[in-house]
Amino acid sequence: MNPILNPAMNSALSGGAPVATPFFFYMLSGLAVIGGILVITRRNAVHSALALIVTLLSVAGLYLMLYAPFVAGVQIIVYAGGIMVLFLFVIMLVNIERASKDRRFNRIWPIGLVAACTLMGLFVSAFVKGRALFPDRGMALSEGSNTQEIAKALYGEVNRFGQYTFGQYTFAFEIASLLLLVAILGAVIMTKKKI
Amino acid sequence: MPNFIMSYLGSTLTPGGAGNQFWALIYVLIIFAGVSVAVIAMNWIERKALAHFQIRLGPMRVGPHGLLQPFADALKLMLKEDIIPSEADQFVFWVAPLIGLLAAFTVYTVIPFGPSQAVSDMNIGILFMLGVSSLGVLGIVVAGWASNSHYPLIGALRSSAQMVSYEVAMGLAVVSAIVMTSLNTSGTGTLSMIGIVQAQQQQGVWFIFKFFPLGFIAFGIFAIAMVAETNRAPFDMAEAESELTAGYHTEYSGLRWSLFMLAEYAAMIAVSSIAVTLWLGGWMRPFPNLLHAPAWDFIFSLFPGLTFAGLAAIALIGTVRMPSQSFFKIQRIGLAIFAGLLGLIALLLLVVAVAGRSDSGIVARFNDGIGYVYWFVLKVSVFMYLFIWYRATWPRYRFDQLMKIGWKVMLPISLGVLVVTAIVGVIF
Amino acid sequence: MVPITTLHYLVVAAALFVLGVIGVLTRRNVVIVLMSIELILNAVNLNLVAFSHMWGNLHGQLFAIFVTVDAAAEAAVGLGILIAFFRNKETINVDEIDLLKW
Repeated sequence: MNPILNPAMNSALSGGAPVATPFFFYMLSGLAVIGGILVITRRNAVHSALALIVTLLSVAGLYLMLYAPFVAGVQIIVYAGGIMVLFLFVIMLVNIERASKDRRFNRIWPIGLVAACTLMGLFVSAFVKGRALFPDRGMALSEGSNTQEIAKALYGEVNRFGQYTFGQYTFAFEIASLLLLVAILGAVIMTKKKI
Repeated sequence: MPNFIMSYLGSTLTPGGAGNQFWALIYVLIIFAGVSVAVIAMNWIERKALAHFQIRLGPMRVGPHGLLQPFADALKLMLKEDIIPSEADQFVFWVAPLIGLLAAFTVYTVIPFGPSQAVSDMNIGILFMLGVSSLGVLGIVVAGWASNSHYPLIGALRSSAQMVSYEVAMGLAVVSAIVMTSLNTSGTGTLSMIGIVQAQQQQGVWFIFKFFPLGFIAFGIFAIAMVAETNRAPFDMAEAESELTAGYHTEYSGLRWSLFMLAEYAAMIAVSSIAVTLWLGGWMRPFPNLLHAPAWDFIFSLFPGLTFAGLAAIALIGTVRMPSQSFFKIQRIGLAIFAGLLGLIALLLLVVAVAGRSDSGIVARFNDGIGYVYWFVLKVSVFMYLFIWYRATWPRYRFDQLMKIGWKVMLPISLGVLVVTAIVGVIF
Repeated sequence: MVPITTLHYLVVAAALFVLGVIGVLTRRNVVIVLMSIELILNAVNLNLVAFSHMWGNLHGQLFAIFVTVDAAAEAAVGLGILIAFFRNKETINVDEIDLLKW
């Protein structure tokens, strides 16, 4: 039975489940999409940055709904608390009056829009045609009847993150730290006045 | 209805753990009211304590011994004209204090006042705390930019650079405390705040005293970083500029400025609560494992009542020593009423403590709950007093000295402590 | 109301991705282009975590964390390049950043 289209395996109302899950999903995803639209349409860069923060926080909320608390926490710390502060710093350093009076969209915006619409068409066709291709498992883990116990089992997986990070994914972890070191060095060197 | 309330007073789960939104809302409202009262009290204590440190008296006129001064301040700030710079970005100017306030208050969702007295015991409690307190930086940056003037902008950038630098050291110190939780007999560590305190209970030692210098150094790093994180002296370059030239809240007047101050005090209380939970044993009374007998339990459960009785006695002495001119008559009456209130609370707590000794039902649970909250608040109050003491005693750091300490001193020490804690934890 | 399935999360991720692509291709301000790249990366992360939830294991979430780390590094380097460029040419307008060598 296709879990995507089978309501019985997806009902959030059967026994002790989080209330109003569709409400939170639509609210958070609506906020995320509205934030995204505001990011790409505001003339003022600080407004775009604030809208991006709203998007990042709603995506963190969506991660919480997907039983991924650790990823949500990392998202808030790294993205909303680190990267966006960096962006706001840079916006304030390079903020010139001329930029806010310029036109918003660049010279080749029709081509960009056409390309994006093609991409959107690709996605829509992938979702419409490929709906039956999703394998027949998984969603029963989330919205079943014993949501509290399942949530406890899934939420307890923060320990397993550590086991994975230093077990199977140690190499990726080390490469990621090297990547961050290179990025730090690069950013420091590039912003020096005299190398 | 009483059964309904009693069933929740007797539960062993937090409202978040039980999935009950109504009780979570009640807890949130209680915490909000409590933090507001604490901020008001903190304002008064700061002014009086700073004054006494500087051998003067502080506010004495508004209420007896200035007790109503914070209310007068709040009223004044509410009635002030709300000035918005004309070139400032209206929406961003309006939203900036809210971001700081939201970030400061959301941390209280995970702070445990007792083994089941938290709004929600998240599995990633510490991660949530670190993330949300890093959102407070955004409020400051945006406030400085929205003021559309040089000095707030530079002040805001400096303040946020300082906060971001000390967040790193703070996070590493927190991680070394988390490493200590994994040395439980059950072998798995936990990121949840209630779990951390229960780990301290299980291991029979506050983490500040574990592996002696290591816990203490980690606690020291966190204590210094939290002072820098909340922009308090001696790291208040960004704020003190507002006494000299400007700071990020220069252009804010009246109620908006008071929102910034509320956010700052709430953040101070929040990070102190984190420090207490992680290193000082949270809600546990001193020596819960060593002095385990019911007699010791009873003695320690008398402490809340005795503290309030002591405060009532101090207020009574103040009443007696009030000068006897007619101007002071109303102040004397006010202070006597205050002493009476404190005495009443003391009496109530003593009655509950004595009744809870022989009972084992709901009164005993109530007694336990009061004990937990009392020890927690006592430890946090010690930290609050330390904040004021630092402000009165130490000159402030220059900004480059501040950044140097954050990156060149705190970060290597906290990394070292983390590594050594992990090694020692594995060996022993 | 239709119950929420993995497809719902994928649609949201696709919408964010398309919005990010529009931002990258059409905006004039370089900082906003970089922010749209962050939108794209977030959409990818949401996709990964949704599938990780569907399969019931942690690999997708771990991949998402590494993508986040990667995005942080890239944002830092990209903004460094922007600042270095701004110091030389005094503009943040993609239409004017069109010389390989000056």
